[in-house]
Formats: sequence, C-alpha cells, structure tokens
Amino acid sequence: MTDLPRTPPRFSATFTPAVNAEIRRAAASGIYDIRGGGTKRHLPHFDDLLFLGASISRYPLEGYREKCATDVWLGTRFAKNPIHLEIPITIAGMSFGALSGPAKEALGRGATAAGTSTTTGDGGMTEEERGHSRTLVYQYLPSRYGMNPDDLRRADAIEVVVGQGAKPGGGGMLLGQKISDRVAQMRNLPKGIDQRSACRHPDWTGPDDLEIKILELREITDWEKPIYVKVGGARPYYDTALAVKAGADVVVVDGMQGGTAATQDVFIEHVGMPILACIPQAVKALQDLGMHRKVQLIVSGGIRSGADVAKALALGADAVAIGTAALIALGDNDPKWEEEYRKLGTTADAYDDWHEGRDPAGITTQDPELYSRFDPILGGRRLKNYLKVMTLEAQTIARACGKSHLHNLEPEDLVSLTIEAAAMAGVPLAGTNWIPGRNGGW
Amino acid sequence: MQTFDLEREGLRALNSSLHALKGQTNMTAWEVINPKGAHAIAAGVDAPVDITVRGSTGYYCAGMNKQATIRIKGSAGPGVAENMMSGTVIIDGDASQYAGATGRGGLLVIKGNASSRCGISMKGIDIVVHGNIGHMSAFMAQSGNLVVLGDAGESLGDSLYEARIFVRGKVKSLGADCIEKEMRPEHLALLADLLKRGEADGKARPEEFRRYGSARKLYNFNIDNASSY
Repeated sequence: MTDLPRTPPRFSATFTPAVNAEIRRAAASGIYDIRGGGTKRHLPHFDDLLFLGASISRYPLEGYREKCATDVWLGTRFAKNPIHLEIPITIAGMSFGALSGPAKEALGRGATAAGTSTTTGDGGMTEEERGHSRTLVYQYLPSRYGMNPDDLRRADAIEVVVGQGAKPGGGGMLLGQKISDRVAQMRNLPKGIDQRSACRHPDWTGPDDLEIKILELREITDWEKPIYVKVGGARPYYDTALAVKAGADVVVVDGMQGGTAATQDVFIEHVGMPILACIPQAVKALQDLGMHRKVQLIVSGGIRSGADVAKALALGADAVAIGTAALIALGDNDPKWEEEYRKLGTTADAYDDWHEGRDPAGITTQDPELYSRFDPILGGRRLKNYLKVMTLEAQTIARACGKSHLHNLEPEDLVSLTIEAAAMAGVPLAGTNWIPGRNGGW
Repeated sequence: MQTFDLEREGLRALNSSLHALKGQTNMTAWEVINPKGAHAIAAGVDAPVDITVRGSTGYYCAGMNKQATIRIKGSAGPGVAENMMSGTVIIDGDASQYAGATGRGGLLVIKGNASSRCGISMKGIDIVVHGNIGHMSAFMAQSGNLVVLGDAGESLGDSLYEARIFVRGKVKSLGADCIEKEMRPEHLALLADLLKRGEADGKARPEEFRRYGSARKLYNFNIDNASSY
C-alpha cells in the first residue's frame, strides 16, 4: 500500500496561497489592505506589441547620423505661452507629502537636465521643486491643499486633476505618520491626522462646470498657461471628448498601472483600465473632433522604457508621463536596502507600503533621518541618465521605422502578439491583417 | 471711479485691467456695470481696491481674491470667492452652491441665503451668512469660521476638521464627526467681531448662536468607526 503513488498537493487556481494569505490578514485585522504603487496584476501591455521596422517598402534612417527629433509642444490650443520640451517624457504629479522634499528636488533637477517637465501633485508647490524644475506643471486638485493664485501664476502649466489611473473615482490618502509639521502647515491641517484628499472637486461637477472652471483659471492667469485635464483610465473616449469640449489644451490619460501614494489594494487592482486600452480611445476622440495634435495627449501608467514611449507615441500620444519608473531611477526599491526591506517584512522591488513613511531609500517619507540618506543631486543625475536612455531607445526604434521624428511613428508600424492587445491597441495580430473588433467598426 | 461696462468691453479686458493694478494705486474705486451673470468677474485680483458689481454674477466671481473689497449688488452664482486668500467679498443677494469653497483667508459676507456646500473645504476664510445655508455646508472644512444667522440644512460640518461653525437658527442635521460644542467667552468675542465685520451686528447677538465643531473621532482611521462615515 505504501508504495502506491500519492496525489501530490495541488493548489487551487482560485484560492491561491496569496489569496488565502489576504483572507487571513483581513480576518485578523478587520481592515482592507492599503498600499502605494499601481496595479501588480498581469495585463495586456506594451510588451504585447512589436514594431515591424523597415523593409523594402519602408526605408530606415541611419542611427547616430540621420536626424530623429524628439521635441514636443504642449498647450498650443489657447495658451499664450505653450510649453516646448526637448523630450516627450514628462514627470507625473507626485506630491510633497507623499515624497520627501529632497526627492521632489531630485525630480526637478533630473527633468530639467533632460529637458522636460515635472508636476507638483497634491499638497502644493514647494520651493525645492519650483527652484529646480525649469518647467513645472501645477496640479489643481479636489483637495486644493496649498492652492493659491501666486503659485498658479509662477507655474508653467496647470493640470486640472479629475482622476488618476490607480484609482479613478477615488480621492487621496496621506496617513498621519507622514504628516510632519511642514506637510501639516502646507495643507492647513493638524499634525499627525490622516488626510483625505477629496474624490471630487469642491466647486464644480460635470463637463459644463469644468468649462467654466477652466475659464476662471485662464482669467486668473491671463490666458498665459496651458491647461491640462488629467483623467484616470475609465472612459477615455468620452472623458477626452468632454475635456476638449471644456477647453483643455492638453488631455492626460493615466492607465491603471499608474501609481498612487496610497489607496486600497482592491481599488488599485479592480478599478480602471490598462493604458493600452485607453490610448486608442483617447486618440479616436481627438480625431473625431478634428483635434488630434491640436489638443495634445499625454499618456501614463506603466511606461518603463524607450520602447514603451515609442509604442505610446505610435498609437497617437504626443507625450508620456512617468511616475513609478522615475522613483525607481531615483533609487526606490533598490536592493542595496535589502536588509531594511526585510525588517519591514518585504523585499526590494516589492516594497509598496509608501504610506507608512518608513522608506529605507528616503524617497516616500517625511522622516528627516530617512530622507537625509537621499542625495538629490545624485538622484537628479540618475533620473537624467534614465530619461536620456529612454529617449535614445525610442529614437533607435523610430529610426528603424524610418521616422525623422518620434511623432511620425504610427499604428501601422505596430503589430500585436496577442488577440487581447490587438483588440485594445487597434493594431493587427502579428502575421495577420486582423484587428479584433475593428473590421466592421469599433 | 472707474466704470467698466462688462457687456461692451468684455471679461478679458476687465480682468486684465484689474490684474494690472499692482501694489499701491490711486485707481482704487471700480464699478462694473451690466455683469448679466457673466462668469469669473474680478477673478484673481491682487490689489487693495474697491470693486462694485452692479447686478448678479455667474460662477466664480472674486475667485482667489487677494486684498480687494468686492461688492455684488445682486446675487452670486456658484463658487463665489472660491479659494479667496484675503480681502472682503460682500453679496447683497443670495449665493449659489460652494460659496467661499476652499477659501484660505479674508471675509465673505452673504446678506441673503447661501445654497448647499457653503464653505466646503474652507481653509481659513471667515464667512458670515445673514440668511440660511443649504445642505453639506462646511463639508471637510479645515479652518476658519462660518457664521449663519438663519438655519442650516442637512449634514452640517460633515467630516469637519478644525473650522468653527456658529448657527443662530435650526440645524437640520449634523454630518459625520460634527458635534455641538460649548460656547465659551472667547467664542462670544470672536462672534461679536465677525458679526460686526459681517455687517450683521444690528441683526443678531452672539449669545443667540450655538457653536459646532469636530469631535475629532475620525482624524485617524479606526475600523471600529467605519459605520460613522
């Protein structure tokens, strides 16, 4: 009997060890899991797309010799002073509060050295960022923490935030442990309390109100600043169309891979759409309105490399924004802090308890001992290097496709490896001329 | 007196002229005629001037005001004096939703009634309403004072932080974490000053008001309070 083969232990595909662990954690604590970052689930993404490169009918450009321009104009529709960036990779909004002052400084330094912009985030404008960022986008958020007309006027652009990809329909959370004296003062709240950033703007609802709100912001700033409208990846076709109707100069669409400083894991993982599904819908809305390239489109959520940049641009975006990748470039989740990550019950590349403010890398913290570990000059240099590499990578691909500007990349340069990505991106499945869902309409 | 015909000269010309006033100026008295409900009238002013708008205004009149005294001889649309930093805004008539939203300083006086969400997310502004206020007023209000001579609608002061609310009439209901608090001498003194500055000192006495503020039970998330939200 004992020699008979036994049925090996078999784990459920539904009740996986990770699922069971979460059930046990919930049962023990009585509270949902809160974390930072974006979705961690596997999703159709840019990895599912490939460029075709040149062939007999498409001739390539010589790398290192023939020009492949990378610059981008943002805000050319109404603003007196549109923004001109050297590269189409911007830094997404991340708040002072969520990030330390030195981390914000490093973002400004790196972006400026690479010829691009940074974005403030919830919590107001800091001197570290304004001082070090040549082009600074000032976010206009539901919380209005720190909002004032002087900062509006010294910004280079204004981004009205309707939502973000990690949590479309959700507000922000900055838990008490990160509310230092300075953060509390900037936000006009008592030290040490949990700060909830509202999910809706306090003084407008709906697209008709938004149009009037944008008018007010333009009047206050004498029509000088480009006005962006940022939405989470929920209904990108209609949100883009409504933002254009409301008078946006630039629409920012953030997919569910986009990070957050803190929210419920269930929100991050189950609300919103991946960026791949959002871009073609946003582009189609612009095209249907005759506004593609007139109102610029910035996309974000899971951009990691020059290949991702090139793919986003080929699908019709004018620029991309990076957040998580920028933090990693600065030094977030670096294995050199592994010993300390272990003490926090995690490991490098998996650390996401940014809301707890105990970041060993000194980036997502307000603890002076921790953030003094972080060197903003070195961090800025690392970010600049990373942005340069991404730009060179995107140029390499664009030249191989015969493009003299990154904006000349087009959907015809792409194929998809999977049916899902083909349907979402609107490009053919590799080796076929089949675009699922498109032959015969959307 | 600089008289500006908004209908004839347009909003951009008005705000552009007002923004050109920097620091000290002898052009301190302005009158805007024919506002006809236009939006963003006198938004973003940053000078110690007096502006009288003769008629009713649309959205966001006096938005982000600094230093100026702006009088509306009519009623005001949504978001009047939103995010005001300093100065005074006085409305002879009623105010629509979100009056004084996120205001960080200065004084907003509404001589008629204010609609819902008056003082939403206020961050230091003082608001004196001679009439009633609508539901969800002072929602998530952080600091400053809201004085109401009449009644307040449902869910007053929901998720309140450190703002103070004084109501003379009835309160239909209090929002989450908002409670009635003891009126101490310093509050009576504060109220007397606000009533005076709010041109309401002949209409009500501080002793007739009740004070409301945060119970501070929801300041840090506790699962046992989940049903309170």
